[in-house]
Amino acid sequence: MAAEEWQIVWFTTWVSALSTVVILPFGLGAAWLLARCQWPGKSIVETFISLPLVMPPVATGLILLKLLGRRGAIGGFLHDTLNFDVVFTWRGVLIALGVMSFPLLVRSTRVAFEEVNPRLEQIARTLGAGNFRVFLTITLPLSARGIVAGMILAFARALGEFGATIMVAGNIPGKTSTLSLAIFQSVQLGQDADAFRLLGVSVALAFLAVWGSELLLRRKRGLK
Amino acid sequence: MNLLLKQILLPLADFVLEVDVEITSQVTAICGPSGAGKTSLLDLIAGLRRPKSALIRLNDRVLTDTAAGAQVAARHRQIGYVPQDLALFPHLSVHQNLLYGHKVADQTANGQLFSYDHVTEVLEIQSLAERGVNHLSGGEKQRVALARALLTSPRLLLLDEPLANLDGALKARIIPYLTRVREEFRLPMLYVTHDFDEVRELCEHALLLERGRIISGLD
Repeated sequence: MAAEEWQIVWFTTWVSALSTVVILPFGLGAAWLLARCQWPGKSIVETFISLPLVMPPVATGLILLKLLGRRGAIGGFLHDTLNFDVVFTWRGVLIALGVMSFPLLVRSTRVAFEEVNPRLEQIARTLGAGNFRVFLTITLPLSARGIVAGMILAFARALGEFGATIMVAGNIPGKTSTLSLAIFQSVQLGQDADAFRLLGVSVALAFLAVWGSELLLRRKRGLK
Repeated sequence: MNLLLKQILLPLADFVLEVDVEITSQVTAICGPSGAGKTSLLDLIAGLRRPKSALIRLNDRVLTDTAAGAQVAARHRQIGYVPQDLALFPHLSVHQNLLYGHKVADQTANGQLFSYDHVTEVLEIQSLAERGVNHLSGGEKQRVALARALLTSPRLLLLDEPLANLDGALKARIIPYLTRVREEFRLPMLYVTHDFDEVRELCEHALLLERGRIISGLD
């Protein structure tokens, strides 16, 4: 593989991993609130979080572009006050991947939290633990498998993201080009050999991610 | 002990839990059929549920007073609770379960601090420390759950049908441990059960609860 292709593979992998790490605390917080609390408007928040799953990714990308562009509400503020651009940079890729994979992380994590017997958390409170300690020592370890599964799903979704990324970050070689974007461009240009090489790398990465998580979960369960 | 449960009102699925009683005996049984509201009453005392109205006072400490908007959090109540399903933490060893709420620098109301060695010796669970809780027998689980609650040095111990899931032979083996706990630690207890043999063996006083109301008290 050429140096540019290695750069694309490296960039896609680390930005996908970083987006998963960045959304993790928000995902855990949202999932916990949805699993354990009742409040007015909960179903609206729930629907809003799930929207990127069902909306066309380019539509989500367009919304992000309008918000994060220099003339957008958030992008304009960041540019004017901090001289900080998001659109058409790696940060745009990061945000697009994070937004698109967020619902998968929340769904998987929420189910994992719901599967933890609330009685264990209640009894932990009678033993003197506050909410944060209960979360760290009871809820989190008992839902770890579901959380890891959610992270793998989010990472895999980020690896393959296309529509929102191309809207927010474009396909700038060496700067914002990801595996999906590069495969698409290679096919468009009739460079099928390049496309298939990158396709092979995509399959290998996805396989490694899922296989790695499976090994991790089996080890946690004490299986060989 | 003086446990005041005054004007308790808690709507449940089929009826309203309505209790007005003062408990002064050291070990009191709460008896009644399934679904009578016994566990809900223990949950209220432990601070795990919020009543519509209630004044709950343990000795001189107000735990819940809805009229004054006061509700002491479960973690500050110093009430040990052994629920019916025991709720042992499955991802922790016996030792880690026991240490979860172990107080080493606090004193109970009667100035008594329950030490790890003493509690595990009384309940004969020293040798189980490194085991996972999923590898314990039914009787061992009961004793570990009891020890875990005792190690918080509580001012009151709530036991929700602690022997309900055990067969007759195992029950007969566990009852002496409960008697030892009663004798060794002199701790006030509320003991929920269906079984009048357990009541006779362990309790000084019994309250009969039916559809959320106490219908009689027996010495």
